[in-house]
Amino acid sequence: MRVIAAVLAKRIGMAIVTLFGVAVVVFLLLRVAPGDPVAMMIGAGASAADVAELRARYGLDQPLLVQFGIWLAGVLRGDFGVSISLHRDVLELLSERLPATLELATAACAVAVGLGGAIAIAGTLVRGRKAEAAVDGVNGLMLAVPDFVWALAFVLVLGVLWPVLPLSGRMDPSVGVPFVSHFYLIESLLRGRFAIAGDIVAHMVMPVLALALPLAAVIVRILKEALSEAMMQDYVLVARVKGFSESRLVIGEALRNAVGPTLALTGVQFTFLIGGTVIVERIFAYPGIGAMAIDAVINRDLPLIQGLVLVFGALFILVNLAVDLGAVALNPRLRHGG
Amino acid sequence: MTAPLLSISHLNAVTGRNGETPILRDVSLDIAAGEVHGLVGESGAGKSTIAKAILGILPRGIRIASGSIALEGVDLLTLDASSRRKLLGATVSLIPQDPLTALNPGRRIEAQLTDGLRLWRGLSAADARLRALQLLDEVQMAEPERVMKAFPHELSGGMRQRVLIAAAFALEPKLVIADEPTTALDVTVQKQILRLIRAMQERHGTGVVFVTHDLGVVAQICDRATLLYMGKTMEQGRVKDLLDAPRHPYTRALMDACPRYDQPGRGLAPVPETVFADCRAEIAAFDRERAGHV
Repeated sequence: MRVIAAVLAKRIGMAIVTLFGVAVVVFLLLRVAPGDPVAMMIGAGASAADVAELRARYGLDQPLLVQFGIWLAGVLRGDFGVSISLHRDVLELLSERLPATLELATAACAVAVGLGGAIAIAGTLVRGRKAEAAVDGVNGLMLAVPDFVWALAFVLVLGVLWPVLPLSGRMDPSVGVPFVSHFYLIESLLRGRFAIAGDIVAHMVMPVLALALPLAAVIVRILKEALSEAMMQDYVLVARVKGFSESRLVIGEALRNAVGPTLALTGVQFTFLIGGTVIVERIFAYPGIGAMAIDAVINRDLPLIQGLVLVFGALFILVNLAVDLGAVALNPRLRHGG
Repeated sequence: MTAPLLSISHLNAVTGRNGETPILRDVSLDIAAGEVHGLVGESGAGKSTIAKAILGILPRGIRIASGSIALEGVDLLTLDASSRRKLLGATVSLIPQDPLTALNPGRRIEAQLTDGLRLWRGLSAADARLRALQLLDEVQMAEPERVMKAFPHELSGGMRQRVLIAAAFALEPKLVIADEPTTALDVTVQKQILRLIRAMQERHGTGVVFVTHDLGVVAQICDRATLLYMGKTMEQGRVKDLLDAPRHPYTRALMDACPRYDQPGRGLAPVPETVFADCRAEIAAFDRERAGHV
């Protein structure tokens, strides 16, 4: 436990520094990048006085350092400012949209781990036979196809040619929104509203698979490699002599020593998955922070972009922290502080 | 005389793309119940290949060309993988060479000592635990309760080898294959481990195949031995006869090359090149004669 506490303390300190760095970089980049939020808000015929008044209202007439100071002080108080394009509180917008993305990304990660783990184990069980070449071939294809190509292929096949799944949104709009939280799937399951949960899942299938397949491919590759290395270790030989079946050797003996390296890499790849939500949510009109990020950038909605980037940064940090803690929990040598 | 526990007869193993390179040449040996049989030879002599062939864990690329390995009259080489696994799991076990790599680093000692008992004896977790504690006591492990909870990296090499010996005898096997079990240990621990294996073997009446390159170890622990060179038996018999009156020049040369603590001041003689040449000539003659027969 002391090891875990030490890891936590160190990581929280680092997280604060990292987030501050993210805040500075994004703030500066947005001010340097071309595009004027006021020009986006106001009609072409606006007078110079109107423009100046708007600039003053959003504090855009102040020096950069002052602008940054005002924004940072607000963030520390929990005030992320007001969205320029949507005219709503940024924190409120984020708290509405983030749960949708969290449900999507978590489901995708779970599918990727389950699918990738199963394929890697199956591939290890048939190693040295023709079936292994088939597993490697399919996995090579999965590695080569990015998430948005999967998304478009699913739209074409499951949405258009053989329309079995809903193409867009988070749930059937005719149902209304009978929820108190924004975690629709979790809440509908907890309250036993399984018809609604089923509708939400149907909307999630395509975006989840599009996000999960590339990650699953990476997991297969790393885990299968780690498994076949573990299968050559002496302790597997000893267990084989004990008369254990091949599947018990792979799952009971080799797997626990092979997940370590896989977990570390899955953590890194999971952050790519979160990045992938931006384009995949857009394709499926899924109302998460990814889809919102694109609109925010198009509209030069500076406060919203800043808030979104901070949330993405915090997510990356949390995922990496969870991966590191998981590695400590899984490896007895690390756990005892060796 | 009763039927032997293990009977290997005319075993030939080959490697290479077309099986052109012989690894074992017509090896035959019998092991009675409760007997320790040494397989002696230098690296590449085929001693480990025999051990692996008995256990059915030959590496890819080595295959048995002919011969039989019978355990209590059942030819292991004719069984399919699954029935062989079930037959051997509870009756034949292995004490591996390197105790540092032979325990799963991610599982506690208790799990690794009890898994076989639970699978083959159907013991409950509590009963298997009691039996495991008893086994640790038998191999003279200090603090067995603490060891049960430990992971392998928390134990010394000697302690891990004791755990592996306990695991090897857990199911009261009829045959234990000891594959150079002391090579990776330092000399002081080696002696204790040898005594322990002999004591366990005598108490349980187990047959042991003891693979080693060390004639001193053979003298200390084995009843009978087979001396191998390039996969062919050079000499076989009771260890006492073998050491007192070696008949084959290779055996004699090996003994001259061994340090003798009972004869201080005696120098060590390297095995003369002429002895190796004679052995190779003998094997070449054997290969020619067999090729002639085919």
